Amino acid sequence: MIVKIKNQKALWLILPVFVLVAFSSLIPLMTIVNYSIQDIFDVNNAYYVGTDWFREVLADPRLRDSLVRQFGFSASVLLIEIPLGIGVALMMPKSGRLASLCLVVLAVPLLIPWNVVGTIWQIYGRADIGLMGSALTSMGFDYNYASDPVDAWLTVLVMDVWHWTSLVALLCFSGLRAIPAAYYQAAQIDRASGWSVFRYIQLPKLKNVLVIAILLRFMDSFMIYAEPFVLTGGGPGNSTTFLSQTLTKMAIGQFDLGPAAAFSLIYFLIILAVSYVFFTTITQMDKER
Amino acid sequence: MAEIKLASLAHSYQTSPSAPEDYAIRQMDHVWEQGGAYALLGPSGCGKSTLLNIISGLLIPSSGHVLFDGKEVNHLSPAERNVAQVFQFPVVYDTMTVYDNLAFPLRNLGKDKATIDKRVREIAAALELDSDLLRKANNLSADDKQKVSMGRGLVRDEVSAILLDEPLTVIDPSLKWKLRRQLKRLHQQFDITMVLVTHDQLEASTFADKIALMYQGQIVQNGTPQELFEQPAHTFVGYFIGSPGMNFIEVSLHDGCACFAGLSVPVEPATYDLAVNLGSSNMKLGIRPEFVRLHEQSQAGALDTLVTNIEDLGSYKIVTVEVAGQPIKARIEEDDWVPTGRVYLSFPLPWLKLYADEYLVKAV
Amino acid sequence: MKMKKGYTLGLSLYLVFLLLPVYWLVVMSFKTNEEILGQLTLWPQTFSFDNYVTIFTDPSWYMGYINSMTYVAINVVITLITALPAAYAFSRYNFLGDKHLFFWLLTNKMSPPAIALLPFFQLYSSVGLFDTHIAVALAHCLFSIPLAVWILEGFMSGVPREIDETAYIDGYSFPRFFITIFMPMIRSGIGVTAFFTFMFSWVELLMARTLTSVDAKPIGAIMTRTVGAAGVDWGLLAAAGVLTIIPGCLVVWFVRNHIARGFALGRL
Repeated sequence: MIVKIKNQKALWLILPVFVLVAFSSLIPLMTIVNYSIQDIFDVNNAYYVGTDWFREVLADPRLRDSLVRQFGFSASVLLIEIPLGIGVALMMPKSGRLASLCLVVLAVPLLIPWNVVGTIWQIYGRADIGLMGSALTSMGFDYNYASDPVDAWLTVLVMDVWHWTSLVALLCFSGLRAIPAAYYQAAQIDRASGWSVFRYIQLPKLKNVLVIAILLRFMDSFMIYAEPFVLTGGGPGNSTTFLSQTLTKMAIGQFDLGPAAAFSLIYFLIILAVSYVFFTTITQMDKER
Repeated sequence: MAEIKLASLAHSYQTSPSAPEDYAIRQMDHVWEQGGAYALLGPSGCGKSTLLNIISGLLIPSSGHVLFDGKEVNHLSPAERNVAQVFQFPVVYDTMTVYDNLAFPLRNLGKDKATIDKRVREIAAALELDSDLLRKANNLSADDKQKVSMGRGLVRDEVSAILLDEPLTVIDPSLKWKLRRQLKRLHQQFDITMVLVTHDQLEASTFADKIALMYQGQIVQNGTPQELFEQPAHTFVGYFIGSPGMNFIEVSLHDGCACFAGLSVPVEPATYDLAVNLGSSNMKLGIRPEFVRLHEQSQAGALDTLVTNIEDLGSYKIVTVEVAGQPIKARIEEDDWVPTGRVYLSFPLPWLKLYADEYLVKAV
Repeated sequence: MKMKKGYTLGLSLYLVFLLLPVYWLVVMSFKTNEEILGQLTLWPQTFSFDNYVTIFTDPSWYMGYINSMTYVAINVVITLITALPAAYAFSRYNFLGDKHLFFWLLTNKMSPPAIALLPFFQLYSSVGLFDTHIAVALAHCLFSIPLAVWILEGFMSGVPREIDETAYIDGYSFPRFFITIFMPMIRSGIGVTAFFTFMFSWVELLMARTLTSVDAKPIGAIMTRTVGAAGVDWGLLAAAGVLTIIPGCLVVWFVRNHIARGFALGRL
């Protein structure tokens, strides 16, 4: 650990970053706060409405439904992607050409624009022109993600697993590579079983990257927008309409700026709160003897 | 409990080694007897860790055999060989308590609770870890982690051997001698073969009955600390053991004497004859600084030299003299006469060694 | 440890799962629309480059790629230039509010872009940057800079501060030390940061689409054009999709030997 020295001049080094991020973050945030507590008709006609919008959106069943869907989706995503990612990382060769090849293939989904991910799965999943869609249909499944809510939901979930498990796997792979060989040797000497090696060496050493992976996956899955928007458009019905999409519809589609802004703030606070609680719990666990 | 024997063992990390340099371990035979305390001493990169990993079964040698009590174990896993090994850097299971760490190897062996508890407490007491038993291993200091690491090696009482790979490197100096003594005591208490790898000659000589000195993938000498000091079998042993190392002078052999720069030093006749018969062109005369005699007055057979440097190291001094451009170091004790300027040098015959092609010429 | 058979099998299955959708996209991009809508074929019956020809000859198509690449490049440059000194400050110094600043930076990664769309649109319109590459690049800085500062801080903390002190004693000024000594020492960290910045800027569409209309429109937004009166032009859509994957593949190929280290984010 580097011992840091006190130096207020260091603030100057932060200044460019601060100005840039503040420009794109604080000003829009203030605008949103502004919207959330006023009813605005035009530039000259704005009324302070206090917490009305907040009360309205919290009572809005549409939003509640999409919030529930959102939590369900994020939870499923984490439950599948984290174990699968660890598994893939464990199965990978540790070095050599094959390892490089695996890494490159794994990284590919991460580098595809999010809307294109939706397009790929659209083309892949359609019963008429898609490989997966037609394969499932020919096997006798009544599969159609465009009309069946369960199919749609599952397809979005599989798409997200396809898209993002690589991130977890790559993080875990680097975590595994950082474990010194002596740990495995010691385990061999101590006659540890394969499970023990995983439970007492690999998993504890992966803790840091897993915290990062879980946080990133939670945040990104909670903000998912482009992929389901392209694939299902939120349908059929509202089965794959997640929070971002509801919000966008409200703000841009219906121009309900007040409620949309109020809800945006709640949305942001949820993510912040969940991340904070998760993070402090983990770091707190570290400090215990 | 076992005798460990290496028979024409060699190892290379390359797939098709050709030159001797390609080998981490050059072909060797060696025996460690049951119950001994041994040290494997050598500079970094000489192959000592490789050799240790071969013995424990973490590495499979390219050729040759590893025998435990006469039984070949080449392809047995470390578990089947039943060895314990302690590594250079502390390896602890972070999420377990100290107690669980120590109990882990025993639990894997399926021992019953009472036996485990008794054994763990015994080892913890020996390593002075008793007060930390319920702490998480992750929160210990580096010293304590290494103690836990060592404890896991020592906790199994029926192992064939305990192999220690520079376990004291990361330990605080003030704790080192204490741990070394504890190791020694544990060795006497349990009568287990222990092999300690180290690059520290002091550590080796205080721990071991016998030291095997490794150099370039070979054991160049195996003997008691005293043998290594008095009868270095190889110039490297002379150089590596002792401080400062042995003096070496390139010589040629004429008329029963070792000659250099027009000077001649008489050597033992039996050794002389043997050396001449070897017909080597790489002949060196070696003598330890401790055995070099300095005289105020000229004597028969003594060399006439000049003092060039005196180093005061507290309880003793190192005097460097020059003989025909060749520096020779002599060690004198605190109270000895301190020469200045001109001084006469003599080499007592029993301590004067001849080396042909770096190996000791020894008349039996 | 030795590779186990089950591992190889499991891994192969997963890689197939990853590659099949991409394979299908590539195959479709070489098919004619008649073939796509007709019988399902695993390989194009008539190999056709028409879809690609359309994209490469029509400026309204290929300008989309150029626009995307332009704002991504600008974003990477801005991010690196500003994040490097900031990360250095966080890794070396204690100063007023440093922890809070760092945390605040990271929270920007948590704000759903959907929230800020309208304010963003208004903000950039009011300063006259709407529909410019720089607007998208600046907007992407919102999440690329926090990430870059965080990754770089990890790499920089791995460099002992004795290096800095030795350089200052040797009479180096801060800028000279930073550029000639420090940056070369963390060059793999800089590469990794550039990779992640590229990645997140390249895959983002929501902000990019909101802040542009014609002149800086990203390829992702242009792709929606394939939906015409006669339905979707699947072949063209697939070809456009394939072309968006290629830059990513190229970048990943260049950094393939650093990926493992990169995903450790300098923190292991």
